[in-house]
Amino acid sequence: MNNNQIPLSQLPMGKKARVAALTSDGSARRRMLDLGIIDGTEIEPLYKSPSGNPVAYLIRGAVIALRSDVSEKIIVSNGESLWD
Amino acid sequence: MGLTSGSTGSGVLNCCGLHIEKETPADKIVALAGNPNVGKSTVFNSLTGLNQHTGNWPGKTVVNAQGKYRHHGNNFILVDIPGTYSLMANSTEEEIARDFICFGRPDAVVVVADATCLERNLNLVLQTMEITDKVVLCVNLMDEAKKKKIRINLDLISSQLGIPVVGTSARSGKGLDQLMDAVASLTDGSIESKPLHVAYTDQIENAVSMPEPALVKILRGRISSRWVSLKLLDGDESLLQSLKEYLGYDLMQDDEISHKVTEARNFLEAAGISTDRLRDQVVTRIVMTCEDIGRKTIKFEEKEYAARDSKIDKILTSKLTGIPIMIALLFGVFWLTITGANYPSKLIATGLFALQGRLSGLFQAISVPAWLSGLLVDGMYRTLAWVVSVMLPPMAIFFPLFTLLEDSGYLPRIAFNLDNFFRKACAHGKQALTMCMGFGCNAAGVIGCRIIDSPRERLIATITNNFVPCNGRFPTLIAVITMFFAGTMMGPYKSASLTLILTGVIVLGVIMTLLISKLLSKTILKGMPSSFNLELPPYRRPQIGRVIVRSILDRTIFVLGRAVAVAAPAGLIIWTLANVHVGGLSLLNHCAGFLDPFARLLGMDGYILFAFILGFPANEIVMPIIIMSYTAAGSLIDFSSLVQLHALLVNHGWTWLTAVCVMLFSLMHWPCGTTCLTIKKETQSLKWTLVSFAVPTVTGIVVCMIVAGIARLLGLA
Repeated sequence: MNNNQIPLSQLPMGKKARVAALTSDGSARRRMLDLGIIDGTEIEPLYKSPSGNPVAYLIRGAVIALRSDVSEKIIVSNGESLWD
Repeated sequence: MGLTSGSTGSGVLNCCGLHIEKETPADKIVALAGNPNVGKSTVFNSLTGLNQHTGNWPGKTVVNAQGKYRHHGNNFILVDIPGTYSLMANSTEEEIARDFICFGRPDAVVVVADATCLERNLNLVLQTMEITDKVVLCVNLMDEAKKKKIRINLDLISSQLGIPVVGTSARSGKGLDQLMDAVASLTDGSIESKPLHVAYTDQIENAVSMPEPALVKILRGRISSRWVSLKLLDGDESLLQSLKEYLGYDLMQDDEISHKVTEARNFLEAAGISTDRLRDQVVTRIVMTCEDIGRKTIKFEEKEYAARDSKIDKILTSKLTGIPIMIALLFGVFWLTITGANYPSKLIATGLFALQGRLSGLFQAISVPAWLSGLLVDGMYRTLAWVVSVMLPPMAIFFPLFTLLEDSGYLPRIAFNLDNFFRKACAHGKQALTMCMGFGCNAAGVIGCRIIDSPRERLIATITNNFVPCNGRFPTLIAVITMFFAGTMMGPYKSASLTLILTGVIVLGVIMTLLISKLLSKTILKGMPSSFNLELPPYRRPQIGRVIVRSILDRTIFVLGRAVAVAAPAGLIIWTLANVHVGGLSLLNHCAGFLDPFARLLGMDGYILFAFILGFPANEIVMPIIIMSYTAAGSLIDFSSLVQLHALLVNHGWTWLTAVCVMLFSLMHWPCGTTCLTIKKETQSLKWTLVSFAVPTVTGIVVCMIVAGIARLLGLA
């Protein structure tokens, strides 16, 4: 894993990042794909639920809540220099 | 079998559990597809005039609805299929949607999309276009997109996709005429669509073309052979199963096809494309096509268009305020319901019971035999009067309030706030939504469990749904609380303490749901919680006038009608039981006497337990049956005020403990008849129906025994 690649679950609130890889497989992976989460998709964590899990993410214009067991299997590139 | 207009009709279609009848062969079948929460039901209602219930939460269309509309002299049968993000059949709903588009042979498919996040919705449009050429894209919520300063070039989308595209604002009826025009021209062949087909990589295209010629021969244009070929390579088990049912045999048993499929798979493997990689590449291609079209046709003039929603969400879901606001809202809804229902309830009761006296008088005057008068007036009418006066006012207040919350988009936030608890109970966060539906009616809650896409969690939600008191049980709870716990207080304190206790009962129901869910997860339904995602749709301003009319007409009248239909015969039965004597005692007394020793263990008496048993058809009638049992001797006719009722119950030995146990048992006992039937239908299993019956029952019995036992041991009652 690259230095600037972290699981989505560790991305700070309000910080945008792009998907670098999906590490889930089978139906969990399919569900991610259905939401339009593919390599290069921009995701922004918006806010946490009262307990901190799940977290609401802005994905392709929709607000989707994901549990941490799902979001930790989405690897994002956390280096703004890559695209800004 | 007689000849009905239906059986002699020119076309009957059975597909996907749906029965569609055409009036004339020219009738066109139009499927209405779309992502969840894009206003699909609103489009459906506006076109057909049917009152499909709409709500601002994903997955509201849980039952396929169909309706008809006429346009320029032609009949169209509109079929509302479940809202899905894709047709890859990851859930039951997606399977139903896909099967209908595939095998329901609709003359056209209208895909309804949300203008405010159109790009994502295009995914489903492209997937639908892979199956059929006859697609119309309806870009709904154009008014909201305009507010959010999103500009959409519909003509360009239409030429990019090669299908008719119509912009609508279904809530205000805008664009629906054009939509019907487009559907009409597509179905009568006056316009020909040239749908864009997503081009996959060369390897995939090559592989797809291998089994295709063999498939063309068999499918004969009924279903897109290219698409079926792609799905065979994908190893889509669920589609294979559906195809088998549709064609009557297994495609893969066909030597040529299975040979070609194996060949194509080997080809892909050699190119380094495993099944998982294939699916990745297919989806990625589709999503990238959506992105590409979106980039050309949609302009966001304001960058931060979700800013307002985000602000509201930060308050409604924060650590500090999220859960308190949720409980306060629940409290508020109940407080308004209880306070508001008080006066009209009294008024209706006074009126109806006054009428009872008149009726009795009238029956005497025309010399109706006493037994018949007793049966009809004291039996049937009195039960009906109770059910109407106790149920109508709270429902007429509760349902509109609840619908307002639903329409605004708040309910998914409840699921978001509570998901942590459900995760710890190894259950699904969307169970919070099915519980919300359960407040209205547990049968509806059970059907709603379809929105949970993993079987294990869906079963947990189904079995535990009954721990949420439905509208039929509220009146019992409210009446008992009023008489025994809030009766001594006055004015506003009274309704506040009443509401507080009721909220407490609900919270207890939620806690029991979580505990039992956890218990089930650790025992008969072992397993890890599956992946969870929940869409938090944008907040929408509810249409207040419409909400009130709809919720009163659709829900209140429906629930009341059901209660009345059950209450009337129940009134007859209970009166008969109370008035037919065997060996000096009425049948009712025999039954109650038989149950009494056991009921005492539960802190109740035989009459109460018998009332719960007789209340199996509908919980609404439990309280009326208790009252009728106690008053069967005819000593007390007028019990329109709760003070008199309280006196009656106390005379029959009720203490605070009886009241508590009645409330607990009301919260936790077998699901009503309708709910049991619904569970049977949904799970297709007698075993799970019995489990759903036993789990709350056993829980209630154990809890009541413990409470009664401890109270007696401590000498409190």
